[in-house]
Amino acid sequence: MRSVLYTLGAALLGCASLWQATDGLRAFTAEGARRVSVARDPRPVPAVPVQTMQGDWVTIAENGPALVEFIYTTCPTLCQISGGDFAELRDQLVGAGLDIPMYSLSFDPENDDLEALLNYADLHSATGDPWTAARPRAEDLKVLLRTFDVTVIPDNWGGYEHNVAVLYVNAEGKFAGAFDTRAFDQIQSVVESGAS
Amino acid sequence: MMRWGLSGAAFALACGAQFWVAADPVIHMLVQIPLLAICGWLLPLARWELPKEVVRAVLILALVVGAIWMLPRSLDAALITWQGHIAKFATIPLLFGLPLALVWRHLGSLLKGFLKCQSVSMLLFLGFLYTHAPVRLCNSYLVDDQVRLGHGFALVAFALVILWLIPVFASPSHRETKGKFHEFSHIRH
Repeated sequence: MRSVLYTLGAALLGCASLWQATDGLRAFTAEGARRVSVARDPRPVPAVPVQTMQGDWVTIAENGPALVEFIYTTCPTLCQISGGDFAELRDQLVGAGLDIPMYSLSFDPENDDLEALLNYADLHSATGDPWTAARPRAEDLKVLLRTFDVTVIPDNWGGYEHNVAVLYVNAEGKFAGAFDTRAFDQIQSVVESGAS
Repeated sequence: MMRWGLSGAAFALACGAQFWVAADPVIHMLVQIPLLAICGWLLPLARWELPKEVVRAVLILALVVGAIWMLPRSLDAALITWQGHIAKFATIPLLFGLPLALVWRHLGSLLKGFLKCQSVSMLLFLGFLYTHAPVRLCNSYLVDDQVRLGHGFALVAFALVILWLIPVFASPSHRETKGKFHEFSHIRH
């Protein structure tokens, strides 16, 4: 009898631990965990300036609500796809009458000069309004990547692999959502609820 | 004394593997984590006679800890946060390897067989997942390495099948042990 009780207790404790470790079976990967975590507890974005491709300095945290994605312009694969997705997202949001600034932020500011940013933007039809390419100062990169939970690792070909998502900064300048780059309707509803 | 030495050696090897785990998920998942589990399994404490009524409870907790360390996010956490790093070195020996060793000799052959089958099917499932996932499962590792890890899981599964099948075919006729072999557990209430 006691054995049954102990077993039952262990089973309950085990289920609770697994529930806790996966955020209620919602997140099995670090990327999933990031999405659950910021939706629950939005994080203040550090008020650091970034330089847009036109050479202006802006502070994203003070410019919310805004959408951000991290890229590097020499990326041959994922960033080009996500650039295309960002263009489609821009078209949908503008079509819905939503005016929200969008930043493609380089995590390789050493190599991505303004010319490289302009070329990247040109390739993806980003005109600067509402969507622009930008780069942080090298010394601010670490805190930005940490805040947004972006992990960048060098691949074996001189480039990088990184987790890609559309990141939502709310009106209070807090990082409050991370979404698949093609979750257009979901992003639109978040932008709509933030605008009202 | 011997067991302390072997257990310590496994722990030392696991610490040594730390140099490579950040770059290679195969070393992380298929070398370091098994070494930590072996370290716990070999601890002299593992010879302690467990009270029969807690055997199943301890088994469940060990399996839960094992399951948590199979989540891709746990591997990322162990690399990115110091809490995850310490948790890996503490929980895998003490809450997975050690309790598994404590309960193993109390388990009936049917349950042992079930657990072995489960391990093989879980490894094959992970192998399939890591070779076919359309996205990266760990932020800390490259896609190519993820596929390599998937192949590693499959190889380990095949190795375990061979390892565990040998005694089945090598053992003498089952007839004489019939009746003893088909219990789910040795524990009686």
